[in-house]
Amino acid sequence: MSPVTAQAEPRTVAPPGRRIARVTGVAAVGAYRLITALDADGPPEPRPGQFYMLAAERGWGGGTDERPYLPRAFSYARARRGPDGVELDFLLEAVGPGTARLGALRAGEGLALVGPLGLGFRAPAEGTRPLLVGGGIGVAPLVCLADDLTATAAPRPPAAILLGFRTRGHAAAAGLFGAGEPALATDDGSAGRRGLVTELLAEALAAEPAATVFACGPPPMLEAVRALCADLGVAAQLALEAGMACGFGACFGCVVPTAEGYLRLCVDGPVLDAHRLERADFPGAGH
Amino acid sequence: MDLCGVSLAGPVLNGSGTFDAIAARRAFGDALLERFPFHAFVSKTITIAPRQGNPPPRLWEAPAGLINSIGLPNKGLEGFLARDLPELADLPVPLIVSVMGFSREELATLVARAGEREEVAMIELNVSCPNVETGLVMGADPAETARAVDRVRPLAAKPLIVKLSPNANEPAAVAAAAESAGADAVSLINTVKGMALAPGTGRPWLGGVTGGLSGPAVRAIALEQVRAVAERVEIPVIGMGGIAAGEHAAAFLSAGAVCIAVGTESFRDPGAGRRIAAELVAGKAASAA
Repeated sequence: MSPVTAQAEPRTVAPPGRRIARVTGVAAVGAYRLITALDADGPPEPRPGQFYMLAAERGWGGGTDERPYLPRAFSYARARRGPDGVELDFLLEAVGPGTARLGALRAGEGLALVGPLGLGFRAPAEGTRPLLVGGGIGVAPLVCLADDLTATAAPRPPAAILLGFRTRGHAAAAGLFGAGEPALATDDGSAGRRGLVTELLAEALAAEPAATVFACGPPPMLEAVRALCADLGVAAQLALEAGMACGFGACFGCVVPTAEGYLRLCVDGPVLDAHRLERADFPGAGH
Repeated sequence: MDLCGVSLAGPVLNGSGTFDAIAARRAFGDALLERFPFHAFVSKTITIAPRQGNPPPRLWEAPAGLINSIGLPNKGLEGFLARDLPELADLPVPLIVSVMGFSREELATLVARAGEREEVAMIELNVSCPNVETGLVMGADPAETARAVDRVRPLAAKPLIVKLSPNANEPAAVAAAAESAGADAVSLINTVKGMALAPGTGRPWLGGVTGGLSGPAVRAIALEQVRAVAERVEIPVIGMGGIAAGEHAAAFLSAGAVCIAVGTESFRDPGAGRRIAAELVAGKAASAA
């Protein structure tokens, strides 16, 4: 893994074509699935926050409404370099025909992928405490980010991890984090605090305002993070999602309104500085 | 092979607006140039003034296809010539610039300015837009298309391709009118007009309300229109619409196309053009054996 250092552009370039990775593991993580695939031909060092376009090699289509047709974008949760390639972990939840098919993958099946794509997270502002804020499935890119921040020697306070989930079953994804004890909030109070992860963030920022926030989660959560950080003058990097057909700037579908006009999340993001956004819950966000 | 006097290493193009070679180079680095997916590259459509494009959401996954409502975002003619063209000149294949004018005079300016650049091998006229002076969609009407081609034909020494809309009553009649007015080639199909509703609301999903359907869902429509047009005109036909494999490309060539273009399949696989070209060659070898 390459550490999150002050490099010009946090991007590892991808091979210019789709390739087939082999599914090596499928595990339940509470209410989620963790798919592990061996990518023999891809770059070994994706950057935290980058994503891959995924499709099942076989049986992609013919589900509900004769879908899926397009690949689906997923941030990787972890990448492990090995003798035969890089093993990639993807966290997913079946919410539609694409995620249903990906969630049904078995070990040995082919996973068609393109990536790594997009711009990942940049290093925290010097001397600030990294605050990782994740909601639901959005915790995935924070897992490898937390690994990197831990592995990188820097004169700054250790990262804090704040996670929000619907229920205890979903909160099992907190167990993916290798270092540090994530603070939890759940909608139903079945794990950690009953409430929103943004309440944990507000308290953490009140206690330690010298922070850089890294957030990924559903659009309402990201908008709350954006507004809070804007009010307090805290730098925040948001990993956003929007309906995306290609992932490499071809379709112009995944635009987010910014002060500079529409930006394509797939090539100018998915991680964007919060101050560039008008709102993080823009039309089409999260789809 | 030869397309209107321009030498191509093979018959596979991209559909305009389905591949941004500049953004793709950021994602894939110089390996994109070494393994470039197409034998000629067609730019996104350029307009006189810069355009932001339509508000999101812009995409809807349809059964075996995609509805898009992008709205032709581009840097405008001057921005394109100053910033994009130098980068596109790095591509290892001939460059075809797609242009759209909201009047014949706009179209004339675009053709003249793009056509004088040596980096530009050919020009494609995207006529799937309303003429603000007449209210008619240029490409929907044979006479309107002929007037547009007639106006711009003397302004460029470069070959002119007219991109036909499948939403015209009779695309073959539009193609014949374009040919009579001096077009060097026609390409088809553009996307088929469509829309989607946001689940459970009854309201349009797309920010632009309506969009264009592409992908395998339109392949049968495209194949029929390509055949009808190829029977009607002498000029080369560039066929596209849901081509996702060498056998689909071969079908379009059998229907009378000289070249084919890959569009939505590139969204699923950025290397699709190369794969389809290879499958096409392998298919020919197999049928010859």
